[in-house]
Amino acid sequence: MHLTTGPSTPYLLSVLAIVFTITLALRALPFAVLGRLRGSAVVRRLAVWMPVGVLAILATTALHGTVTTDPHGARYALPAVAVTIGVHLGLGRRTILSVGIGTAVYVVLLNAL
Amino acid sequence: MPEDIRARISAGVHDSFSAGLGIFPLGIALGLLIIQAGLPWWLAPALSVAAFAGSLELLLVGMIATVTPLAAVALTVLVVNFRHVFYAFSFPLHLVRHPAARAYAVYAMIDEAYAVSASLPEQERSAPRLLAMQLACEAYWVGGGLLGVALGAALPAPVEGLEFALCALFTVLTLDAFRSRREIPSLLLAGASVTAALVLTPDLAVLTAMLLYVTLLLARHTLTARRPETTATAVRETPRRTADAFDDRP
Repeated sequence: MHLTTGPSTPYLLSVLAIVFTITLALRALPFAVLGRLRGSAVVRRLAVWMPVGVLAILATTALHGTVTTDPHGARYALPAVAVTIGVHLGLGRRTILSVGIGTAVYVVLLNAL
Repeated sequence: MPEDIRARISAGVHDSFSAGLGIFPLGIALGLLIIQAGLPWWLAPALSVAAFAGSLELLLVGMIATVTPLAAVALTVLVVNFRHVFYAFSFPLHLVRHPAARAYAVYAMIDEAYAVSASLPEQERSAPRLLAMQLACEAYWVGGGLLGVALGAALPAPVEGLEFALCALFTVLTLDAFRSRREIPSLLLAGASVTAALVLTPDLAVLTAMLLYVTLLLARHTLTARRPETTATAVRETPRRTADAFDDRP
């Protein structure tokens, strides 16, 4: 049992309320604005252009996070990414298989070496 | 339930499996972290439902444990989750008609949900498939958190490296999105944005990269819009054409 004076319940509830409100607002407000812009050329083009780049940004920053949290991260993460891509392109783009094998390679390298 | 809808729901649940490989271990990590920080167990499911944003929640545990002022918490949430603003441009909310379902789809628009739906060709998307995937993701996240809390002190050294699943998932989804739409200029602009962001603001890399990327895309729009009609028309027709051309999924 932890008997240290941790945060009070009202504080925890306030944090939850703040987190919920801001997160939901950030996700919802753009749709309200876009509703009025629907059909505009710039919104249509961004809808086509954005996804692949957003995904590439998320992939790169996730890789960067992995590399910086563990000192040996880079040595194991880059081969694991290569395995993930290889499995995905070579074994018929089965996402679960690619992610599973890539992650297994990283976990084994990190814990066994 | 009509056969068609059942098939779509099952396709959505199937979509969620790969995301779940990243979400579930992260949920366990969140639960473990909350117990290790001496916080009450119910914070894991409460935080998962209130925020439903993995990276933010892991960050918040440390801030909550040290009773960080609420204004600082609010600013952190705003900065870390600001990237979701940009998802509205290409998240397929128009598929969802029912108001309650629309509200849930927006609330549950996490990175993984955006990523999985963005990598699907337009004609394979549907409201039941999207919502089933999102509900399943939330179940993995809350379930993982509860398991982490339950494991608590029982697991002194959790398996290291499982967080790589997130990196692998985004890598794979980038490959799939590129196959649906061969957007080489977008990929190059995103690469430049993320490189600059990692060098300039490593702690806020995602936010900076997204802002730069959108700015560059807007510049690209302005530049190509000024050219003769042909370019603009070609770009406008791109989604349909590429969707047909590359829809050779088995």
